[in-house]
Amino acid sequence: MAKFKGAIVVDTEKCKGCGLCVVSCPTAVIELARGVNGKGYHYAHMANPDACIGCSSCGLVCPDTVITVYRAKAS
Amino acid sequence: MTATTEINNIISEENLVYKKTDVLLDNEMHYCPGCTHGVIHKVIAEVIEEMDIQDKTIGVSPVGCSVLAYNYIDIDWQQAAHGRAPALATATSRLMPDKYVFTYQGDGDLASIGCGEIIHACNRGENIVVVFVNNAIYGMTGGQMAPTTLENQVTATSPYGRDCTSTGYPMKMSEMVSLLPGTRFVTRQSAETAGAVRKLKKAIRKGFENTREKKGLSFIEIVGTCSSGWKLSPTQSNEWMKENMFPYYPLGTLKDE
Repeated sequence: MAKFKGAIVVDTEKCKGCGLCVVSCPTAVIELARGVNGKGYHYAHMANPDACIGCSSCGLVCPDTVITVYRAKAS
Repeated sequence: MTATTEINNIISEENLVYKKTDVLLDNEMHYCPGCTHGVIHKVIAEVIEEMDIQDKTIGVSPVGCSVLAYNYIDIDWQQAAHGRAPALATATSRLMPDKYVFTYQGDGDLASIGCGEIIHACNRGENIVVVFVNNAIYGMTGGQMAPTTLENQVTATSPYGRDCTSTGYPMKMSEMVSLLPGTRFVTRQSAETAGAVRKLKKAIRKGFENTREKKGLSFIEIVGTCSSGWKLSPTQSNEWMKENMFPYYPLGTLKDE
């Protein structure tokens, strides 16, 4: 059981769907959505939110800085 | 407690660990998806915020994809003629020695048309930071061969691969400038993983600290990707970079005095 629980918020309208966050995530939380945003990009979203540990790897590698990361101690 | 309510409980101000810095403006970047420029802009903005030097920093943007860098980082900017960013930065840092002056240049700007400027700025040891983004191609103009293009790399102007017997060899700018006595800090970094981004941030911070201590020129090369120019997806570009760029452009600090 992970010590921390995390969550991310993606600015889906600004996301360009490059997928760098998907490969950077150590716990395979993020996937590109089937749907598209206003610009036609498959935006990133939390497909497996239970596994998120709030490590901020996705936020660090995101070229458009659209990811905000939150982390709390697991209850 | 359902999963959704648990996530909503985590998403609150006191649990915030990473967000976009205020030094970055809200303008949407014009770069292609997955472009390394976005990460480097963010890292520079974060360092400026951490050092609290937003009103004392002057950037010089180049000609190339990053010509519009002044739209994204909320500091004072100048825009130089092609390759002449070190010359403008020299003037700015000499006229305003209290400011933190940095140039932001690509490989077409710094290694090709501006090669003379950068060599002499490094030789004079101007008190500036040079951020050099090396993606081995001319990105903005459509993926032509650059001085840093690898041997046998296919580009728009080398469709059979770069032939070094007629076009010369890929330029190792960091190794070249590290030999000059004017440079104080020469390093080569990348930005493809979270660890690499953290290392890059430390390097850029060290560059700005050298400026504060009036130590001289800090040269920070970043090996980056150009997925549009390389005709690969952003994730494939990172793999290609690790496989082909890193052996020729090894990462690490070459000089730290």
